[in-house]
Parts: sequence; C-alpha cells; structure tokens
Amino acid sequence: MIAPADLIAFVYREARLLDEQRFEEWLALFAPDGRYWMPLEYGQTDRRLTASLMDEDLFLLRLRVERLKGNRTYSQKPKSRCHHVLQQPQVDVFDPAANRYVVWTAMHYVESRLDHQDLYAVWATHELTTIDGAIRIQMKRVDLVNCDAAFGSIQLFP
Amino acid sequence: MTSRYRDNPQALSALVRDAEVHRDVYIDPEIFTLEMERLFANTWVYVGHDSQVPNTGDYFGTTIGAQPVLMVRHEDSTVHVLYNRCPHKGTRITTETCGNTGRFFRCPYHAWSFRTDGSPAALPLPSGYENTPFADSQAAQGMTPVRHVHNYRGFVFARLSVDGPDFATFFGESLSSIDNMVDRSPAGRLEVAGGVLRYMHNCNWKMLVENQTDTCHPMVAHMSSAGTAIELWKRAGSQNPKPMAVEIYAPFMSPYEFFENMGIRTWDNGHGHTGVHHSIHSNYSAVPGYFEQMVAAYGEPRAKAILDENRHNTIYFPNLMVKGPIQLLRLFKPLGPDRTLVESWTFRLVDAPDFLLERTLVYNRLINAPTSVVGHDDLEMYERAQEGLHADGNPWVNLHRLYQPGETALAVDNGTTERQMRNQFRAWARYMAAEI
Repeated sequence: MIAPADLIAFVYREARLLDEQRFEEWLALFAPDGRYWMPLEYGQTDRRLTASLMDEDLFLLRLRVERLKGNRTYSQKPKSRCHHVLQQPQVDVFDPAANRYVVWTAMHYVESRLDHQDLYAVWATHELTTIDGAIRIQMKRVDLVNCDAAFGSIQLFP
Repeated sequence: MTSRYRDNPQALSALVRDAEVHRDVYIDPEIFTLEMERLFANTWVYVGHDSQVPNTGDYFGTTIGAQPVLMVRHEDSTVHVLYNRCPHKGTRITTETCGNTGRFFRCPYHAWSFRTDGSPAALPLPSGYENTPFADSQAAQGMTPVRHVHNYRGFVFARLSVDGPDFATFFGESLSSIDNMVDRSPAGRLEVAGGVLRYMHNCNWKMLVENQTDTCHPMVAHMSSAGTAIELWKRAGSQNPKPMAVEIYAPFMSPYEFFENMGIRTWDNGHGHTGVHHSIHSNYSAVPGYFEQMVAAYGEPRAKAILDENRHNTIYFPNLMVKGPIQLLRLFKPLGPDRTLVESWTFRLVDAPDFLLERTLVYNRLINAPTSVVGHDDLEMYERAQEGLHADGNPWVNLHRLYQPGETALAVDNGTTERQMRNQFRAWARYMAAEI
C-alpha cells in the first residue's frame, strides 16, 4: 500500500537522481507512456495546438539522455550541472482506488555550465501511478514562473 | 570614442572581399551601431503578421533593428506602424506586448491620447500650452509614424528611412516563397498560431542568418541530436509508423549529395533560398483530407504545383527566414554585436486540417526552442565563433566554398555553395558603405 509519505519521498528522490545525473535510473521512474511537459504559456491547458518548451515521451527523453553522453555533443563539452531545491511536496490527490496520485512542489532550479549559471523558479506537478507496486510518473509538468521569457539554452531537466 | 568606420566608406567596403569577410562585421560595436543606422533603417524589415492585429485598435509591440515600434490596426482597417513612444516624455505607449487599445492610445503617464494612426487626439489641461510655441513642436504632431509600411499577403514590412527602394523592387522574385506559404492554405490565408518561441543567443545576428543556408553543418553539428534520434529508432527496430520526431530529425543527417542536389537560388539585395529541387521537408507523411481540400480550392494541377514546391529556408535580407512548406518564420533580432533574440513564429493554414499546425509546432519545439537539442548544437557553434573571432592570428571569415569569380546575384547553384552568404554580404556592404 502506498502512503502519502511515499509519494513525497518519491519526488525528493527524483530530484536527487537528476542532480546526481543518474539519468538511467531517472528514466526508469517513468511509466511506459509517461511524459515530461514544460508549457510555454502561463496556465497552459493545451499541448497540441499550443507550443510547449518540452513535451517529451520516453523516446524523446531517452534521446536527450543518450545525447548528453555522446562524444560529439559539443554543447555538453564541458557538461552542464543542475541543482534542485524543493519545498515540501504537497499531495493534492490521493486516490488508491483509481491508482492516481498528484503531488505539487514549488522549487528553485539551477543549471550551470562553465562560467554561466541560471536560476529558474518552478512549480512541478507530478501525476503518479503505481505499476507492480512501484510508483511511476504518468506526467511531470514543469511550470517555469517566467515561462514566456526569452531563455538561453536549457539543456538538463528542471 | 574613436570612430574607425563612420566616416570611412573605404574601410567599410574593405571589410567584405569577394569570398571573405573581416571579423569586425561580427564583433565591432561601431559596426553594430552603423548596421542599425544604415542597414536596418534603409531596408524593408519584417514587423509582424496582420493576423496578430485582426480588429480595429489591436496592437503589437516589437522592434525594427534597435527601434521600438508598434503595429496597429487603424479604424479604416489598414495596418499602421508607429514609433512606440509618447511624444511628450518618451514613455512606451503599449502597456502589454499585444492587446486592444480601442480607438485611441492613451499614454499612462500624463494621459495624452492619440488616434491609431498616431495623430494627436487630446491632452489634459490644454490651456497650459496656450501662448507657448507648443504647436510648432514635434510633440504636437502626435506619435511619429513609420512612413513606409507594406502589407504583403498579411506579412507587414516597414522601412524607416524616408528615401530608399520601394517594396517590390527590394524583394523582387523572392516574394515567391511567401506566396507559396500562403497558397498552401485552401483559403489563401495564414494566421499566427501556437505561440512564439524566444531563444536568446550570445552571438552576432548574422551568424544565424548565414546558418540558414549553411548546408554543410547539419550532418556534423547535429550528429549529436539527429544522429542519436536515428540510432535510437534503429535500436527500437525501426517499426512503422515512424514517430513524428524521427521524421523531423532524420533528414538533418542526410549525406552531402542530398544537400548538393537540393540547390540554392540567390536574388538581388541579399535574398535567397535553399531547397530549389527538394528539401528536408519533402518527405513528410501526407495529411488525410488536405490534398482534396487543395484540389477543391485550386484545381489539381495548381494544387500539385503548390505542394511540389518544398523550399527549405528563404532569407529575406537582412534578418528574416521563412519556411514555406511548414509555415514557420524566424526573426533574428539584433540586440548588440554579441547578442541576438531569435523569435520563431508559426502559422495556421486557414481551412486546412489542424494536424498541419500540430506538426509545425512539433518541428518548432524540436528544432528552435531554447530547450531544443538541435538549438543547443547550433548555439554552441555560434558562441564559440563569437569567442574565437577575437583571435588576432587571422581576422578573416572564409566563404570560398564553390566561389566563382564574377558571380552575379541572380543564380541557381549547387546546394552546398556559400554563394547566398556572399550574396548577403554584397548587399550588406552596399548599404553600409553608401555615401550618406
């Protein structure tokens, strides 16, 4: 049985895997049809006919992860690093009968490379489910507070 | 500040050789200032699309070079472009990037108000200007309009200078690429849709423009992204249907022959395009129902002719690129010698299936977003060049690929030539070194 505390621990662990660049373990947290979504608009509801910054299925997430490792990935020579600071995640939906859980987390995300460092303020919404008893990500929605600003490259995962 | 170039047309001309350009065109602050004054003021620069301002009083704030301007729908339904400042104290007039101002602009500072053609409407406490020469001031004229505005099939361009080439002369045959993009709508109309991706680049704006017709970089610089996409797809057994991401990424890894055979066409005044015969957009899967709509609108021969044109990137000199086959436009906004804002806009083909817009949005996200792996590949190269050009050992950038002595502006050539880059710089030098 899943408890609310397990969901909160899951979200903390997900951030740690990203900070430690343990991307294979991170990908394994997603359901087979899981997605990672970073909207372009504040309060965006549509993913199809409105542009997004990221709207990745597992194929595209794996492409990013494989690319980060590539010998000819020059924008990752040297590699970027990232750092998440999370507020206590809040469980918004806890519905074992439907196997559906939603956790909302405010966070600060730092991405750095060479002499440059960017800070993003983020609200993350994890739609979670369980598969064979393990918690898996159905959808990780990442809302940047300044989603409509002009950005330089964002190469890792808030 | 010493001035090496302002009063020295010979020095400016010497920056551009037949097939080499001096690094100062990318890194020198004085050159950037002169570009704003001479290039961006004297050419027809893209402002926006009239579907962004469909109703009377709709406005959109943007820039032409370094100049803040706004585009607005006037009460007679024409689109006007005004300098975006109050004639009183200089306050920016638009409160949002885009919105509706009704019949009047009202400055939020002292409530001076103006009609949407810029002419003065009213100001509070007018008695304070009686017995002053206010009526003779420029302020009394209202908001200063940009005099030369041309709306071509929805695409609004403006020229800041009083004198200069007219719109049709400046663009000539290059307008055929915009025509093809608009004709792809069964209704012959486009609408801006989906939202704009804005990507900040710490490099000179011309590097981006040049890269649009650089056909020898995709298989090298994008090996990391497009190459990995192909590899993952193979590893998954290449099952059909091919995911849209693979359909979009895979052509970037086409061999040199593909790009040689696609061809490049150049026009006068720095315009040109890749993809004369085919392009990376040629083999996207058909969209159910679309061809039938096109045949109904145009008849079969014309519908086929429109859809068989698969131009890759068309440069509208100085800083616009248009992709007709996928209804996408990129504007390279110069902010400084080493800073450029890239805006990537997408369009809906009116009366065509939604799926076309959906695919265009996926392309824009996968290729042009600040979160795009292809974008990361490119920006890394531009920023390295911006840094490397400060090396004193060699002040020249090389553009010799397939150079022929005495080459002219109008031509169709091998798709891997750097001829369009040379064409751009010939136009650049003409505007920059013109006797003022």
